[in-house]
Amino acid sequence: MRLDEKIIADLIAPGSRVLDIGSGDGSLIGYLSRDKGCQAQGIELDMKAVTHSVAHGLPVMHGDADYDLADYPEGTFDYVVLQRTLQAVEHPRDVLSHMLRIGRYAVVSFPNFGHWRLRWQFLRTGRMPMTSVWPTPWYATANIHPCTIYDFFALCEEDGYEICQWMVVNEKRSSFWGRFSPKLANLLGEQALFLLKKK
Amino acid sequence: MLQCGETLAPLEIAYQTYGTLSPQRDNAIVICHAFTGDQYVASTHPLTGKPGWWSRMVGPGLPIDTNRFFVICTNVLGGCMGTTGPTTLRADTGRPWGKDFPPITMHDIVAAQVKLVDSFKIERLFAVIGGSMGGMQTLTWVADFPERVFAAMPIATSPFQSAQNIAFNEVSRQAIYADPAWHGGDYYAHGVIPARGLAVARMMAHITYLSEDALTRKFGRQIRPGTVPDVENPLGALPFGGMFEVESYLRYQGSNFTKRFDAHSYLTISRAMDFFDLASEHGGELSAAFAGGKTRFCVISFSSDWLFPTSRSRSLVRALNQAGGNVSFVEIESDRGHDAFLLEEPDFDRTIHGFLSGAAQQAGLPGEWL
Repeated sequence: MRLDEKIIADLIAPGSRVLDIGSGDGSLIGYLSRDKGCQAQGIELDMKAVTHSVAHGLPVMHGDADYDLADYPEGTFDYVVLQRTLQAVEHPRDVLSHMLRIGRYAVVSFPNFGHWRLRWQFLRTGRMPMTSVWPTPWYATANIHPCTIYDFFALCEEDGYEICQWMVVNEKRSSFWGRFSPKLANLLGEQALFLLKKK
Repeated sequence: MLQCGETLAPLEIAYQTYGTLSPQRDNAIVICHAFTGDQYVASTHPLTGKPGWWSRMVGPGLPIDTNRFFVICTNVLGGCMGTTGPTTLRADTGRPWGKDFPPITMHDIVAAQVKLVDSFKIERLFAVIGGSMGGMQTLTWVADFPERVFAAMPIATSPFQSAQNIAFNEVSRQAIYADPAWHGGDYYAHGVIPARGLAVARMMAHITYLSEDALTRKFGRQIRPGTVPDVENPLGALPFGGMFEVESYLRYQGSNFTKRFDAHSYLTISRAMDFFDLASEHGGELSAAFAGGKTRFCVISFSSDWLFPTSRSRSLVRALNQAGGNVSFVEIESDRGHDAFLLEEPDFDRTIHGFLSGAAQQAGLPGEWL
């Protein structure tokens, strides 16, 4: 599992009902059902990944965060997870609101567009920045809604979500220090991870 | 007791089983066959001598592993391979039911299977699996007996029969009626069968099971070389200019079919399909048919299936999600049309095997699964 996946797994209480949106190869739901007694299921857009997951005994359906969350009844899950995908959906605000309708908690991770390297590149070259976290040129990127940690704070405030926990996660390590200085987090964090619930 | 109010007694159910029922009776799988299928899912067909229709899927070490599961497959009610149907002799008259066989529904078909499952003293089936009309039975099983099905795999199917599906069935039926040997439905009494009509019905239906790409790849515009043997089929004169391979293939399919299928069974079962619409029986809400159920679903469709297209599976998945169910859903990439579920598709096999293993683990069946 990737580091941020491991951190997400640790956030989730054993025995919970979990929906992982964009479940990829199914590693998170596999771990949650195997080692934490969770009832975990996934939604994934890439059909090969869906087939791979189901072929390994994992409950995954082909579907899309933008369209398929609307079907689930309120409170179906304890946790709804969206990893590194918020910036790529068509309607991030609706997706978040559905996550907190169908789940008690939402776990959201996204790459932070406020990171200093991006700011510096943009300032220096005047062109769309590209880094290891944002590796695709503007004309080919799936990340149509990039946001910063500050932006995300603002959206949570506006839509009435309580931030239960948050942290920055870089490739090799995670840290909680961001909590003491959101300003530094927004400058130094490559990825951000939030645990939300409705106020 | 049928849905229409009539009672069928005695009721005979012809079936095949494979594998061994566990002492806990928790490893049984019911496989539901498609429209013109039968109980010979993995054993040689007694009339055609061909291998079972899913023998590549069901058997020791195969995706539906009979070393681990006890597989039951029945001939559907109204069929003509031993289960009570139009060819069965009536208790009161001693003659076959024929055109007087009562109308049946998907619920009646499943109710008959339940009687068989009861006779094995199986409380809960580990799984119900079926493709096409077999998928309709699978959905009916879960809708009617949610506690008795742990896992369900509706494959290349639909929660209702569409206008187009009904239209194709009606053309098939008209082909049968138009055969002079039909004799107003009394062909048993005349000692003949409406073979030509039944063959045409099959030919037309067979086209709907394939995709254009599959037909092109298999036959293209090839004309059969040499003279065409005077096939003993009742399909009439050679067409002008020789016979296209695809024509020859359809004639072969059609005439073979008449050797193993009865026209009244064809009409009875096609009608049961046409009236299948789970949502309308639940106030127009398909999700209501599955509300509160705990069955784990794996819905599978095929990308080139235009008879029961992926959109139909997707609407089923949507309803299952609305019912808060546990749903896997895969669309298998294949250019072979509706029939792909009977053919060699490695991703399909992996999906079936994986889903059953995961479900077996969840159900607590003994042994290593994943």
